[in-house]
Amino acid sequence: MRGPDVSTSAKLASAISAQFTARARWSPLEVLFWLAALATIWLAPDHHLILTEIVIWALLALSLDLILGYAGIISLGHAAFFGIGAYTAGLLAKHALVSEPVLALLVSGAAGAAFGFLTSFLVLRGTDLTRLMVTLGVALLVREIANRAAWLTGGADGLQGIGMEPVLGLFRFDLYGHTAYAYSLVVLFVLFVIARRIVGSPFGLSLQAIKGNPLRASAVGIGQTWRLVGIYTLAAAYAGVAGGLLTQTTAFTSLESLSFDRSADALLVLIIGGTGHLYGGLIGAVVFRFAQDWISAATPQYWQFWIGLFLVLIVLVGRDRIGSWVAPVRRLADRVSDWRAWRRPPAVEPTAPGEGGRP
Amino acid sequence: MMSASSVPALETRALEKRFGGIVASNNVSLSIARGARHALIGPNGAGKTTLVNMLTGVLKPSGGEILLDGRDITALEAHERVRLGIARTFQINQLFADLTPVETLGLAISERLGTGTHFWRVPGTRPEVVDEIAALLERFRLADVMHERTAVLPYGKQRLLEIALAFACRPRVLLLDEPAAGVPEAERHEILAAVAGLPEDVTVLLIEHDMDIVFTFADRISVLVNGQLFVEGTPDAVARDPRVKAVYLGESLDA
Ligand SMILES: Nc1ncnc2c1ncn2[C@@H]1O[C@H](COP(=O)(O)OP(=O)(O)OP(=O)(O)O)[C@@H](O)[C@H]1O
Ligand SMILES: [Mg+2]
Repeated sequence: MRGPDVSTSAKLASAISAQFTARARWSPLEVLFWLAALATIWLAPDHHLILTEIVIWALLALSLDLILGYAGIISLGHAAFFGIGAYTAGLLAKHALVSEPVLALLVSGAAGAAFGFLTSFLVLRGTDLTRLMVTLGVALLVREIANRAAWLTGGADGLQGIGMEPVLGLFRFDLYGHTAYAYSLVVLFVLFVIARRIVGSPFGLSLQAIKGNPLRASAVGIGQTWRLVGIYTLAAAYAGVAGGLLTQTTAFTSLESLSFDRSADALLVLIIGGTGHLYGGLIGAVVFRFAQDWISAATPQYWQFWIGLFLVLIVLVGRDRIGSWVAPVRRLADRVSDWRAWRRPPAVEPTAPGEGGRP
Repeated sequence: MMSASSVPALETRALEKRFGGIVASNNVSLSIARGARHALIGPNGAGKTTLVNMLTGVLKPSGGEILLDGRDITALEAHERVRLGIARTFQINQLFADLTPVETLGLAISERLGTGTHFWRVPGTRPEVVDEIAALLERFRLADVMHERTAVLPYGKQRLLEIALAFACRPRVLLLDEPAAGVPEAERHEILAAVAGLPEDVTVLLIEHDMDIVFTFADRISVLVNGQLFVEGTPDAVARDPRVKAVYLGESLDA
């Protein structure tokens, strides 16, 4: 009854392995993307300031993608972690507690992670709406605390008098932002590689399962709590690093890093690029920041108008049609239409209200 | 076959579930022996799915207890019960739309082996996992669609994946909620053969409306009506019971 002939099952087994490893392999498009990014260090020296900003947005959006795109946790308060990272880096540098930037950046990430871990328990359960409200509320709270604790944070004036030491004791930050850009890009790349590895792991797959169908996920033995805590904490660490980078590359931090605008824009950047394929935040950041620059140069007062229109278009028309040149987006593209077909119960079966899971 | 002295594999005591005014489960005390092939039948809305949902931890009972091998599991979460050996299929497919059958089965197997939280490894690099996925794909005729997203599979294939997924958990107690519902004749046979081929010590509870299937499969039958256990016994006894005929069989035979 078991043993079909060995050659077919061997073939099947290798096809299975191939499917898994294909996901893990870097595609030529990806390699090209990163080579292009690397090339800007030498090819676009005049734009390093704006490129650094883009990298920081990209990292923040990547962080948001980890929870939204892979675990289905929506947040309007991601600036809380970003800002905590930003102030951590600022305070460490200002008071010369940790003066080497890379080390300070790690501490910023750890600070974000610690706060992420603590607040993760608030977003474990609940609908999108409750999650939006809880994350928003937490971020407002943190911002207000930072505002009041002026003795520590400088309050509304921001944290001033930050002097940066050379990166690794070797690379001094310069006025044109060359060091800052190379440094930020390297940080983004390293964190991207780590994120890519994690979302492709069995753990990452189980997150997608929880996001896709929590009822079935628990029915195959996947416990949600610690996995969601884990990814939320990781995302908060990433956001903390992004915030730390902002402080380190500008030698300044302010309440803006904790603001609602920062949270909302991070979500915007991610939605522009698309969720659930890691590159979304990166592409979104490029589009967002350059569009912001061009549009506000042309019609300064209408920047918000155009970005608003763009957002409405993306959501209504579907990013898949606008940006079908990004291969991985295709997976997302069919979802809505397929999902309907998939949910349609068979003709012979009566609808059963008992099915369908937790209230 | 069943040793009367042993503890039942699965037992409920005065299990109850209310949805507002509706009593979907009313004082259900059910005992399923180890290795039993137990069928649960009853008209639409009798509370069969509700019972399975309570057994698997999807729904919290309003009252009563659930015991697995004599151990009270009433308070355990759904995923904890899976680890203790309870697996199920859903009456309406519950699958991962964006994952392929390979990924879906790999997920369940990794979870069972305790490697589901590994975050620094490419999945499917362990030969025993790959072999097990291959065996399941073959057994449930899913090899031809192994690279497709589940969302685009035809209904029959999705149904087979639903069953395969429960098998991937290697349960000691398997709860099948109308596994053959809506499945064409050919694939229906596939499913039933797989169920029949389970090891003898696996306990199976089958919910099914097709009486041919029920009577071929079951060594014991419970009839649920209006949330209450109505009759329980051997297939012969249940078939002969006039009350069952009146309430359930009669109506379904007429149809
Ligand atoms: N989540 C719920 N909320 C409210 N009522 C529910 C819920 N789930 C089930 N019910 C009700 O409980 C009763 C039992 O439903 P259940 O789905 O368990 O029946 P069933 O025996 O599985 O029926 P079928 O043969 O049609 O699958 C029905 O009256 C149903 O309407
Ligand atoms: Mg049912």
